[in-house]
Amino acid sequence: MKGISSKWKWLLLFSCLTICFGIYPETRTNAFSSQVIQKGAVGDDVIELQARLQNIGYYNGKIDGVYGWGTYWALRNFQQDFGLPIDGYAGTTTKQKLTNASNFNRAFVHEQINKGNEFTYYGGVDIEKQVKVKGNANAPKSGGANDKSGNAPSKTTTAANLPGGYSQNDIQLIANAVYGESRGEPYTGQVAVAAVILNRVESAAFPNTISGVIFEPGAFTAVADGQIWLTPNERAKEAVVDAINGWDPSGNAEYYFNPETATSKWIWSRPQIKKIGKHIFCK
Amino acid sequence: MIRNIVIALLVVVVAGTAFWGYQEHKEKNAVLINAENTYQRAFHDLSYQVDLLHDKVGSTLAMNSRYSLSPALTDVWRITSEAQSDVGQLPITLLPFNKTEEFLAKIADFSYKTAVRDLDKEPLNDQEYSTLQSLYTQASDIQGELRKVQYLVLKNNLRWMDVEMALASGKENTDNTIIDGLKVVEKKVSGYGETNEMNPTFTSTQQRDENFKNLQGKTITKEEAIATAKSYIHSKSGNLKVNVEENGKGSDYGFYSVSILDKDSDTELNMDLTKKGGYPIWYINNRDVNKTNIDLNQAYTKAEAFLKEHDFSSLELFESAQYDNIALLNFVTSENGVKIYPDSVKVKIGLDDGSVVGFSADEYLKSHKTREIESPSISEKEARDKINLNVKIMESGKALIINDIGEEVLCYEFMGTIKEDTYRIFINADTGQEEKVEKLKNSEPVYENLI
Repeated sequence: MKGISSKWKWLLLFSCLTICFGIYPETRTNAFSSQVIQKGAVGDDVIELQARLQNIGYYNGKIDGVYGWGTYWALRNFQQDFGLPIDGYAGTTTKQKLTNASNFNRAFVHEQINKGNEFTYYGGVDIEKQVKVKGNANAPKSGGANDKSGNAPSKTTTAANLPGGYSQNDIQLIANAVYGESRGEPYTGQVAVAAVILNRVESAAFPNTISGVIFEPGAFTAVADGQIWLTPNERAKEAVVDAINGWDPSGNAEYYFNPETATSKWIWSRPQIKKIGKHIFCK
Repeated sequence: MIRNIVIALLVVVVAGTAFWGYQEHKEKNAVLINAENTYQRAFHDLSYQVDLLHDKVGSTLAMNSRYSLSPALTDVWRITSEAQSDVGQLPITLLPFNKTEEFLAKIADFSYKTAVRDLDKEPLNDQEYSTLQSLYTQASDIQGELRKVQYLVLKNNLRWMDVEMALASGKENTDNTIIDGLKVVEKKVSGYGETNEMNPTFTSTQQRDENFKNLQGKTITKEEAIATAKSYIHSKSGNLKVNVEENGKGSDYGFYSVSILDKDSDTELNMDLTKKGGYPIWYINNRDVNKTNIDLNQAYTKAEAFLKEHDFSSLELFESAQYDNIALLNFVTSENGVKIYPDSVKVKIGLDDGSVVGFSADEYLKSHKTREIESPSISEKEARDKINLNVKIMESGKALIINDIGEEVLCYEFMGTIKEDTYRIFINADTGQEEKVEKLKNSEPVYENLI
C-alpha cells in the first residue's frame, strides 16, 4: 500500500467526488420514472403525479401515493384541458406536459410524508403555510415513537389499495383467523380457509358479517382456544386478499375439518369436496 | 402403619385438590375466552356496521328515484339497529357512550320516516337532503375514529376483559387505548352502514349455483388435466412432482385438482380444472414475491399476453391495483362496446419478474355464454336525465350487470362524482329504472400513520 502516495489518494478521492456530484443533479432533475402510470398504481411516481396535479389546481385530495378515483378524474381533466387523449394513463406525453406546466419540490413533499404531516401542495401559496404538523397534543409515548422512526426508513405511501368492500382491519381480522386455524398448512390451504369464511358471510345459514362468522360460538377452534390472537404473518394476509379477490380453492365449501383432531362425529356426515393439506373441505 | 395410611390419604387429598384446582382453572379460562370473544365480536361488528352505514348513506346521496331510494333507506334503518344492538353488548356501561347511541337513533328515525313515504309524490326536499349530507359527514367521522381504535385493538391484542376490570376497579392507569378511543368516538358522534354492495363483477349467489352449466366441450381425462396445467407453468425443470385428484362427492360440479411441485425452485403450482371441457377455474403459484422491478402498466401488458396465449378473447381491463409486490388485474368481456360485468377474469402478476402467479376464471366460466344483446329502448340522454342532479357525470357507457333480483340487465353505466366521492350508477336501458348505485371506495389511509 505504501506504493500509492497520499497525493494520489487525494486525487482519487477528489475525482470520485467530482463524478458523484456530476451525476447527482442530473438524476435529480429527471422527473418521473419511465413508467406509464395507471389507476391502481402506488409509489413515488404517484406522489409526484398527485403533487403536480394539485400544484396546478386539478387535484384536491390527499397526496398519499395511491392512484385512486380522485387522481383519475384530476388527470383526465388535465388531459382534456391540454388537448391530450383522455384515458387516465400518464404516459410520456402527458407526463411531459404536466412537468412543463407545474412545479414539484420533491424534498419538501417527501419530508412531509415521512413526518406524517397533513399538507397540501397548491401553487401560488407559500408551501410552508400548507403544512399542518402532526398534533403534538397527544404526543406518542416516547418509546413507541423511537421504535417507529428506527424501523421505517422511508415511507413512500400513506394509503393502501383495498379489494372491494373491505377495510384493512377486516383483512387483519380474517388473517388472524386464517393464521390461527391453518398456519402449518400450504398457502393454497390458507386461501381456502379464508374463502370458507367469506362463503359463510355470503351464505344465508351463517351471520352476515365477518366478525359474526369468525366469533360465532363453536365455529372455529382457534377462536375457542384463543389462538386467533397470535400475530399473523404477511403470507396469511396475502391469502386473505386472494380469497377476497375471488380465488376459492375450497370449491365453494362452507365447512372444513382436520380428520386427525376433529372431535365431532357430525362433521363426517357433511358431503366432502376436496382435501388440501390436512384439511378436508365440505359443503 | 397408621402413619403410612395417613400419608397415603394426604397424598391422595393433595393430588385431588391439585387436579380439581387445575380443572377449575381450565374452566375459568374457557369462560373468560368465551366472554372475551363475545365482546370482540360485538366490537368488530359495530365498526363494520358503522362502515356499512357510512357507505349506504353515501349511496343514497346519489340516488334519485323511489325504486332505489326507499330500499336503500330501509337498509340504513336496519343497519342502524344492528349497530345499536352491538353497542348494547359492549362492556362499556361505565363509559359515557350515549351521544353515539343518540346519533344512531337519529339516523334510524330519519331513514325510517323517509323510507316509508311515497318518494315519487313527495321527494326529499332540500332540507332533508342536507340532513342526509350532514349525517353522512358525521358517519364518516365516527367510522374513522372507530377504525383507529379497532386498529389499535388488533395491533396490541387488547382485551375487553381488561377494559371491564379497569373500569370496574376505577383504576385507569393500565392501557386505556380502548377507553380513550371510545371517548373520542363519543365526542365526534357519528354513524354507520351495511356494505355487502360488491362491485358488479361479483356474480350473485344465485348465479353461483348454476355451476359451470354453460361450458362447452367433452369430459377430459386426468392426463389431459395434467397436460393443461403444465401448459400454464412453462417450467423447463425436469424435476417435477405431479399429483392429480378428483373432486369429492360433495361437489356440485366435476373438477380435477392438479398440483405440480418444481423441486428445483421449490415452488408449487396448484390448479383446479373443470372435468367438462378442461377449463382452468383458478390457479395459484405459491412462490414468494419480495421485490418490485416492473410497474403496474407493464404487468398489465404481461397479463394481456397471458390471456391471449390461453384463448381468453375480447376481454378489456376493468380494474387494476398494486398490493405490495403483486399486481392484480381484473378483466371483463366487452362485446360491441358493452361491458359484460359478470364475465370477470382476474390475473395476479408478480412484480419481480412479471410472471403470472395467480389466475381466477371462476366467475367468467360460471356466467360466460353466447348472448343476444338487444339494442336499448331509451337513449343515453333519457337515461342521463334520470340521474340525481347533484352527480357530476364524468364518463358513460353501456354495461350488462346482474341486478338485485339476479337477472342480467342491459344498462347505461355512468361514472360521476359528488365532491370527492366517485359513484357508479346503472340505469336500465329499457325501463330507465335506477338498477344500482355504488359509491366506489377510495384508497384507505394506513392507520398506523394517523396515530
